[in-house]
Amino acid sequence: MTSLLTGPPAVVAAGVDVFSDALRVQGVDVTDVDWRPPTIGSADDLTQLALDPRRAAANRTAVERVLAAGSVLTDVLPAHEVIGLTGRTLLHSGPPLTWETASGPMRGALMGACLFEGWAETAEEAEQLLASGGVELDPCHHHRTVGPMAGVTSPSMWMWCLTDPADGRQAFSNLNEGLGKVLRMGAYGPEVVERLHWMTRTLGPVLQAAVRSRSEDPLDVKAVLAQMLQMGDEGHNRNRAGSLMTLRDLSPAIVEVDAPSGDIAAVLRFIGGNEHFFLNLGMPTAKLAMDAARDVPGSTLVTVLARNGTEFGVQTAGTGDRWFTGPAQTPVGLFLGDYGPDDANPDIGDSAIMETYGIGGFAMAAAPAIVRFVGGTVPDALATTERMYQITMTENPAMQIPVLGFRGSPTGIDVLSVARTGWLPQINTGMAGRVAGTGQVGAGLVQPPVECFQGAVAALAEESRTALA
Amino acid sequence: MSAPPAVDGDAQVTTHVSLRSGVYADSVKLMQVSQAIGARPGVTAVLVAMATPLNLELAAGMGLSPDGPATPDQLLIALRTTDDAERDAAVAAVEAALAAREERGSAQAVPPRTIGFALAEAPQESVLAIVSVPGQYAVAEAMDAVAAGRSVLVFSDGVPVEHEVALKRAAHDAGVLIMGPDCGTAIVSGVALGFANVVRPGPVGLVAASGTGAQQVSCLLDTAGVGVSHVLGVGGRDLSTAVGGLATLDALQMLEEDPATERVLLVSKPPAPEVAERVAATSAALTTPVSSAALSADSPDLTAAVEALLREMGVAVPTWPTRPGADRSVPADAVLKGFYSGGTLADEAMLVAAPVLGDVRSNTPLRPELHLGADFAARGHVVVDFGDDALTVGRAHPMIDPTLRLEAISALATSGEPAVLLLDVVLGHGADPDPAGALAPAIGALELPVVVALVGTEGDPQGWSAQADALAAAGAAVFASNSAATRHALDLIGASK
Repeated sequence: MTSLLTGPPAVVAAGVDVFSDALRVQGVDVTDVDWRPPTIGSADDLTQLALDPRRAAANRTAVERVLAAGSVLTDVLPAHEVIGLTGRTLLHSGPPLTWETASGPMRGALMGACLFEGWAETAEEAEQLLASGGVELDPCHHHRTVGPMAGVTSPSMWMWCLTDPADGRQAFSNLNEGLGKVLRMGAYGPEVVERLHWMTRTLGPVLQAAVRSRSEDPLDVKAVLAQMLQMGDEGHNRNRAGSLMTLRDLSPAIVEVDAPSGDIAAVLRFIGGNEHFFLNLGMPTAKLAMDAARDVPGSTLVTVLARNGTEFGVQTAGTGDRWFTGPAQTPVGLFLGDYGPDDANPDIGDSAIMETYGIGGFAMAAAPAIVRFVGGTVPDALATTERMYQITMTENPAMQIPVLGFRGSPTGIDVLSVARTGWLPQINTGMAGRVAGTGQVGAGLVQPPVECFQGAVAALAEESRTALA
Repeated sequence: MSAPPAVDGDAQVTTHVSLRSGVYADSVKLMQVSQAIGARPGVTAVLVAMATPLNLELAAGMGLSPDGPATPDQLLIALRTTDDAERDAAVAAVEAALAAREERGSAQAVPPRTIGFALAEAPQESVLAIVSVPGQYAVAEAMDAVAAGRSVLVFSDGVPVEHEVALKRAAHDAGVLIMGPDCGTAIVSGVALGFANVVRPGPVGLVAASGTGAQQVSCLLDTAGVGVSHVLGVGGRDLSTAVGGLATLDALQMLEEDPATERVLLVSKPPAPEVAERVAATSAALTTPVSSAALSADSPDLTAAVEALLREMGVAVPTWPTRPGADRSVPADAVLKGFYSGGTLADEAMLVAAPVLGDVRSNTPLRPELHLGADFAARGHVVVDFGDDALTVGRAHPMIDPTLRLEAISALATSGEPAVLLLDVVLGHGADPDPAGALAPAIGALELPVVVALVGTEGDPQGWSAQADALAAAGAAVFASNSAATRHALDLIGASK
């Protein structure tokens, strides 16, 4: 608080210019707000939220939990062990989904998982099994899990287990398969299934032994994230430095695992050949942080941004597990080979948890090297990050952006700020082919549909009215 | 260092060694931090570095090893100081240095889209927010300022009264003032906000639930040589039962604590009785004398209230400036046509006129049954407030845009109704840069007598005398006092009977 009457004030003005002009004539220091009428949420709902006396403290609580959360790598286990995934259940990315509404790459990934688990012998059988409702589908997010792209996780797949050392909370993700024709991009050919078998047979157990051998000194994944932002990664579409640091850090323990040297070499070659190997460690790190902010009544913080290839889903700290959904948009960006915009599937994957945590597209300014890959320019990247500061609650001092003077990344998306500014969260993403079995076709930029935020504003306002009545 | 530091018998040497997880900074930054901390008096050794084996070795050499195991992902803070207080200060300085943001080199400045973000980026200590966005969105912007501990002028109208109450309660709790909603006039430490005049600084603080009322009062005070410390608008509804004077009470308290303010004058329409009581009780408890210029049938005259205040202060009441108009004949059975831009000035005109003329119809009538509806060309005694909210939807205020009023004057000329035309012209910041220039052709073309209440000061950008001379040259009689202007119009009408 500053006293109003201590001297001639500086002025921050939103609205008609005539007042600002009159003030400048008087030599007053005036900052004009580039205000525009909100296009998301009704005026009544926005006012209800603005006036909610719980909001400031609730948002402070929620975002402090996000900043405080840590993440260390504590184990590697099959999904059936770690999250009790049993029977014919498959996890997928984004909000809840049915086979009927699933997009091409999601269908392809689900079919591939059925083939991998041996629930079907052929693609046709897998399709029939899924179409007949013979497999239960459930979002990763309902199991403290996040999965990139299709995010399809089956009981036999091995998962990273990350733990917040402060409170023992956990989050999980499957292991990254690499680029190109991979399950998460909707490919389900023999080479995809064979790779998944190798990952289950060899990669998972070797990583488990290596990670467990370091139980006294687990890999601090949050610290790797912080460092890679200073090495040209943004943690979503570029994970090159993070993957190399992880390889460097785990290699000695991997080499010491009691396994044939050919397997050890294969594991090291696999990790070293996959620039996105770290993504599946970064995502559950972000998930741990965002889960810490769950269930804070009155908070307008976004805890989940996730897409299933058909719909985009948002959750908030003030509305628990409720999903606010809208049609997933198709990313805009660059395409591999002969692929073009018509080949791209709508937005898919839980990897937008990175943006929810304030990096990825929010930290574009940290990763000039990939700006052009996702179809932008360096000034665009800087402007994007600057805009994201206006829809977030704080800056994460652990995640610094060098080119912005080591400013902390914009963290804690505020539904109310998104609605008022009209600026939607900016997400960097890979693009899967629209047709099942295609694999990756490109990478680009995408935003959530406004419907997600319209729904979230309405529900938060409704909760506010009920709570304050 | 050739020898370990000698430990002086009197000096109390303390150390601090800690490891932080989840904090990463590059080695250059950490070397800068170590160097800055090492330069502090009382710090004899310091190492702030990632806990790599090399750095742990350095720390061991300094006798500052951590107790437990350390990993290269952790940040090591190790220092030795001459005493506990300096140690704690040095650790705090390390944390501050790590958290400090470097100068941003971004040329990509994205303009702020909310008051909240603009305030977060505003370096100044003393910042006031002004909100003039459409009323249904004004509260969200204003709450940003309250949350940031800043006072707000809410120019917007159309804010629901329950939102006004919630906003003002939150502001009271935060120790800041809401000026408004629908507050068009304020002066804070000499800065004119919205529609306000250039008046000399001085001892009188105004708390105003009425914008043009505050302008009339501050201009007359200035003419009398008495300056104002601040004009704090509170919004036209503040003294209603629903709002309960929340901002008025806060404004009174602020002026009580303000060393520049020696006297307070409240300018308003009549408050709700129970609110008047609360305000009176609060005022009585203040050391600063508070007087009131509340317009009502019993006290219909802002000029008289200013004159009373001047007498209390021992200041001579001046002759309020005037200009004689053209000698136009008053038609028989002339009626009063008051075409106003200022709501309070229109009220004052009706309150002064009603005892002489009887009922005056208006779009903002003294009694509901006198409502004019939409027919501004109605015959008989009529006072129209063109600044009323209903007439400013989707168009600028008549103090800026004279179109509606000019149309009404033209319609009056065409109607042939015998009348005396009474106008207000409000000068100052925010107003038309040359209102006389806009009105003069219409006044000159009219055959009816025209009387103008010209509210302003010589210091205003338009200049009172220059505007008065232009209006007089067009044929209008000009008065600095609105009540004097109204009485002159009544005299003309009376003489025509």
